[in-house]
Amino acid sequence: MAKLKGTGISSVNYPTGMNLGGDPTQALIHMTTTGTFVISLASCDLGQGLKTVLAQIGAESLGVPFENVLIDTGDTDTGPHCMGTFASRTTHRAGNAIIMAAQEARKTMLEIAADELEARPEDMETDGQGFVRVKGSPDRKIHLVNLALAGHFKYGKTVAGRGIFFKPNLGIDPETGKMDPDSTEAHACVVAEVEVDTETGEVKVLKLQSVYEIGRQVNPKLVEGQIKGGSVMGLGHALYESTEPYYPSPEHRPGGFFEYILPLAPDVPEMEIRVLEFPSQNGPYGVKGFGEMTANAPIPAIVNAINNALGTEIATHPVTPEVVLKALDAKQSKS
Amino acid sequence: MSDQPLNTVGKSELRRDGLSHVTGKTQYIDDIQFPDMLYLKMVRSPLHHARILGIDFSEAEKVPGFVRAFTYKDVPKNLYTILCLIGVGPDEEPVLAEKEVLYKGEQIAAIVAQSEEAAIEAAARVKVDLEELPAVFDVEEALKPGAPILKPWGTNYFVYEGHPFRRVRYGNIEQGFTQADYIVEGCYEPKPIEHAPLETTGCVAKPEANGRITVYTNTQALYFSMDNTALILNVPFNKLHFVGGTVGGGFGGKVDVIVEPIAALAAMHTGHPVKYLYTREEEFHVSSTRVAYRIYFKDGVSKDGHIVARQVTSYADSGAYNRHTPYAVTKHAANISGPYDIPNVHIDAHCVYTNRVPTSAMRGFGVTSASFATELQMDKIARKVGMDPFEIRLLNAYRNGDMRPYQKVVGDATLVEVIQSAADMAHHPLGERFQAMNSWDRANSPARPEPVSAQKES
Repeated sequence: MAKLKGTGISSVNYPTGMNLGGDPTQALIHMTTTGTFVISLASCDLGQGLKTVLAQIGAESLGVPFENVLIDTGDTDTGPHCMGTFASRTTHRAGNAIIMAAQEARKTMLEIAADELEARPEDMETDGQGFVRVKGSPDRKIHLVNLALAGHFKYGKTVAGRGIFFKPNLGIDPETGKMDPDSTEAHACVVAEVEVDTETGEVKVLKLQSVYEIGRQVNPKLVEGQIKGGSVMGLGHALYESTEPYYPSPEHRPGGFFEYILPLAPDVPEMEIRVLEFPSQNGPYGVKGFGEMTANAPIPAIVNAINNALGTEIATHPVTPEVVLKALDAKQSKS
Repeated sequence: MSDQPLNTVGKSELRRDGLSHVTGKTQYIDDIQFPDMLYLKMVRSPLHHARILGIDFSEAEKVPGFVRAFTYKDVPKNLYTILCLIGVGPDEEPVLAEKEVLYKGEQIAAIVAQSEEAAIEAAARVKVDLEELPAVFDVEEALKPGAPILKPWGTNYFVYEGHPFRRVRYGNIEQGFTQADYIVEGCYEPKPIEHAPLETTGCVAKPEANGRITVYTNTQALYFSMDNTALILNVPFNKLHFVGGTVGGGFGGKVDVIVEPIAALAAMHTGHPVKYLYTREEEFHVSSTRVAYRIYFKDGVSKDGHIVARQVTSYADSGAYNRHTPYAVTKHAANISGPYDIPNVHIDAHCVYTNRVPTSAMRGFGVTSASFATELQMDKIARKVGMDPFEIRLLNAYRNGDMRPYQKVVGDATLVEVIQSAADMAHHPLGERFQAMNSWDRANSPARPEPVSAQKES
């Protein structure tokens, strides 16, 4: 009986957006007289930080500070249609819709600034600090609040924009399976190091080294959070979690967290993360969706590492101590 | 978009709702209270498969605080399929069971009462007369002659445009196998998994003075849930108003439309706000799980490590009803050949019904299982041909310009780069030939774009 170490890898792809498409999302933007841009949506924040990331895309595409953008979402009476937050789609879909809406709003914003500064709209630029100014004359500028007030009270203009991202559903050929199942593809490679106790069957993940290529990071801290959270979820899938531990038998179903084991703080391994960015062809600022895949990639890496440590061919998950001990028995009876 | 450097995109702005979450200030469904609110609890099937002979509410009605019971007869359009909104059919899941139950925990009748305790007590006193029927739990057993048939169309599988499974056909599989030096087979079986969100699935449906119903819900998809609810209740879409957008963990578990239709129905009939929130036990025992699969691989491999043919027969366990699984199987079929360039591919992906709690969407939707199976199979192939696990993946990795088995040209591939970077991180040496590879190195590859880090440095 011994503690054996092993290493395993996985390399995976993940498609952005609903398989086949046909999943539109809209965004509406309007500027209030406080100089604030309100982005109205019906997308849901599941804890991944959507409201923050979409405000960043809005601020960037409008050319205004992050603080001047509010996300108003979660109400079907005021928010335009969003297919939903799933399929690693919302940053891509809502982000593109926001950029489209921002272009329309920005056009009017620059026209009002041009009137106020007695210049041509094409000579206007945003400084990203809350002002619109004349290119080449940084002192000739107007603050967003003054611009908003002038637009409303002096010129009778609304600063607003409409946006949608829509990839049509082109269907699927039932004979060959010909289809368009993605808008873009994110990629990952994970290296797992494990230690397996051959007496108890327990597996400890020592280290996860992860490389993700996700087009462009909108918010690197949130990207890191998503990768770390997904890694731990994947670890739980690999080692502990099932609603039917003796599948296909439906017996012995866990009914709470005392019976259904999730990874806890001591189970979290050393993690090293690297993010590569090759901008995608159609994502907002080159973004690719990667939310879901961070739980996918660790599972086969961990199970490959266990098989590497033991010389077994375990082909299921979770790899509970019982699965490990049975695999060791099977290996012994074979040899 | 301009060529100007980005101001906000790329910055780690502080997450706006983070403080509210970690200080307990965020409002979740269980925080919502109205003075005259009622509580909804379900009478559920204790058996995996049974015929319903009768339901007796007489003892339940005696519980102080009991308000009303609902059966399928109260639901205007009781049979539904969530994905009818994107053309998936036929309708086959009852909101409340009619003549038969197909899984343990299936909703039979809803009890509405003035307190949660009274609703639990009344639901426990409902007597359901059931005749147990033979059940099937194994995906391959369910397809054999003699298995109990669960669906009105006479089979235990979803029909894909006339086919008993989703097909992908690319190249010539038999010819591919004749070119192979080795045949490598494998069978992979990921088990069902619970989403385990911190906040359990739930909603409060509140009738308004203007005749509309406001539904406060933790759905991941407001319009999707609202539209399905309107169809089930047979009311105009604008009679409903869905409010949410902040979800205490979803992972795909909150795109089924289970709690909203029955809560809204109860609100309409009683004139009171109605809360239907899963207990933790319900979340584990009756909410959908991740799809379990059994996936058979047969790969033809050449001595130098190239995969020249891949045949996959995959069985997805949909449980008793469709939910999102038929759609997940198509996504699974698209991804089960892995991110590798394989000239001959033959996929049969079955969506099979069993007497199990329905499976549905979960983080990775059809791809988690595909990545698990392909990556274990890659290691098996590496052992067979005696190659390094990094190098065999680099050798077979798809490149930009390649054709996928679903006949789309690859455009944003970077698999080679992530593998090389991971090898570097793990101090794993790669042969020179493998270091020189990149995702744009085919004759028909487009030009290699500049990565963002290089843009930032310049």
